[in-house]
Amino acid sequence: MKSMSYIDRPNRPLHIYALLYLAFLYIPVLFLPVFSFNDSVFIAFPLQGFTTKWYVELFNNEPMFAALMNSIKVGGATSILATILGIFGAKAVTRYRMPGKAPAVFVIMLPLVIPGIILGVALLIVVSRIGITLSLYTVALGHILISVPFAMATLIPRFEGFDRSMEEAAADLGDNAWWTFRRVTFPMVFPGVLASLLLCFTISFDEFIMAFFLAGTEPTLPIFIYGQLRFPVKLPGVLALGAIILMVSFVVVFFSQWLRRRGIEHTSSSGL
Amino acid sequence: MSTNDAFIKINDVSKHFGQVVAVDNIAITIKRGEFFSLLGASGCGKTTLLRMLAGFESPTSGEIYIDDAPMSEMPPHHRPTNMVFQNYAIFPHLDVRSNIAFGLRADRLGKAEAKQRVAEVLELVKLHGFGDRRSTELSGSQRQRVALARALIKRPKVLLLDEPLGALDKKLREEMQIELRALQQSLGTTFVFVTHDQEEAMSLSDRIAVMSKGRVLQIGSPKVLYDRPASVEVADFIGQMNFLEAQVFDVRDGQVMLDAAGLGKVSIPASAAIDQKGMKIIVAIRPEKLTISAKRPNNDRSAVQGVLKAAAYLGGRSHYHLSLDGTDKLIAVEAQEMDTALSEYLEPGAVVWLSWADDALIVLPHD
Repeated sequence: MKSMSYIDRPNRPLHIYALLYLAFLYIPVLFLPVFSFNDSVFIAFPLQGFTTKWYVELFNNEPMFAALMNSIKVGGATSILATILGIFGAKAVTRYRMPGKAPAVFVIMLPLVIPGIILGVALLIVVSRIGITLSLYTVALGHILISVPFAMATLIPRFEGFDRSMEEAAADLGDNAWWTFRRVTFPMVFPGVLASLLLCFTISFDEFIMAFFLAGTEPTLPIFIYGQLRFPVKLPGVLALGAIILMVSFVVVFFSQWLRRRGIEHTSSSGL
Repeated sequence: MSTNDAFIKINDVSKHFGQVVAVDNIAITIKRGEFFSLLGASGCGKTTLLRMLAGFESPTSGEIYIDDAPMSEMPPHHRPTNMVFQNYAIFPHLDVRSNIAFGLRADRLGKAEAKQRVAEVLELVKLHGFGDRRSTELSGSQRQRVALARALIKRPKVLLLDEPLGALDKKLREEMQIELRALQQSLGTTFVFVTHDQEEAMSLSDRIAVMSKGRVLQIGSPKVLYDRPASVEVADFIGQMNFLEAQVFDVRDGQVMLDAAGLGKVSIPASAAIDQKGMKIIVAIRPEKLTISAKRPNNDRSAVQGVLKAAAYLGGRSHYHLSLDGTDKLIAVEAQEMDTALSEYLEPGAVVWLSWADDALIVLPHD
């Protein structure tokens, strides 16, 4: 009798399901680089031959470049500010006993479940009532609002994961609150800070609805791309840009995973 | 300057956490250079008291003085104390050397002197050559040494230790006890040591405060606590003890005559605490102060007959349990050696003689 356990037994329907799932997930994404090198304005098979002209065109497309830079600026500001706010929030939630903590956390986390279109409209009303002109600043404001819950959700486990006596030890050895934060707390939550920066940047970078309502005359990249879809001639250029972003995202994700693993090795020393 | 006898003064300190009274009006003075232990079961307030010395908690009432300076307004990073944490709290993102040198930033030492100090303490805790190790690559006792070195490099007036040996196995723990005691004596630093292990407290300390439910039951040297415990609770906590109900039936000529359950009539020197007939008290005696023999001993020791219920041979010593007339409790006896006539019939059920010197009896107030 074969001594193969129930779990190890091959299961053909499951294999097929898994393959279909992966295909559905990634084949559309693969069309992006494929058609970005296709020598035709129309996105259709059969392929018409290899070209890099869309990439060349991309580098000469100044409005698209401006939109990309806008998105990078907004994403950078959003990730840094949301992460800083997230650090404060996560430290407060995990370290201090205070009245009204649970409702406060609830309110901070609420944007996670409020639809972006509602937040976008609400912010638009408030911002225009106060008389602030729409600009990249207002877009960043909206993006920070929706990114802080993600930053906190990323950072809270980091703060919870290390022993409070570490901070007490630093204080005991002569460090005041600032030095304790700088020399112990921050280095120990640092992998979480990096993860939060990357996550918040990504959220801001591909956010459409809030940016749609809050952007002034300068569009962010998603808004610009949406606008380009009206012109079929521009589509291959968008595909080329998409392929580049895809590559950069892969590199960033691998890098962040590597950092995270390194961070875990570094801090998983509480046991003997 | 403070006198050496009151280097640390804990003046009527209490600590409340909401409704819970963790430390209840404790007064202790600790001498300069003393190895002082806070001993008690978990939840007795010993760690809270230690954390108040370190500055991590502030007293609800009362004041702590170290070397005459009041501590209540002083944050942990300004106190002349350093602590060895229960789980060592070694910084995982730093190597051994940086862990040990951590506290020197605040002391603003020159590079050369800092290096010198690190080398000194590495030598002191026998971690020479471990400076470049990652702190994640250390064994339990090495981590303990790093924690010790990291605190000692600050040259604290008082070193606070929170059950630092708790995580080590028995053999290693005993070795570290000897090292810790030698280290304390060579440095002359005042150590305040928290433990729930009475043997550890006994073997290390100059004096011990036995604590229970936020209060101090008794303060004394290990010998005083062992030989002259002030209450049943202390006597029960420190070592093994037989407790017997007793009643005073006569007081005369400086002697008190007692009728103790199981032991019969015994007489002990009178004291201020017991002076009236009819008083109910507890008589206690250590198992090793009792002897069993086959025949009635023909010296001046008091003796009664009893029935052997259980015997356990432990190598260097043996444990016996006897039942005596007049009490339901079994009496524990610890013997280093036994009279040879006895060894032939040391089986449960054997009738033996139990004897003791009356001055080995400890009289304790009835609860």
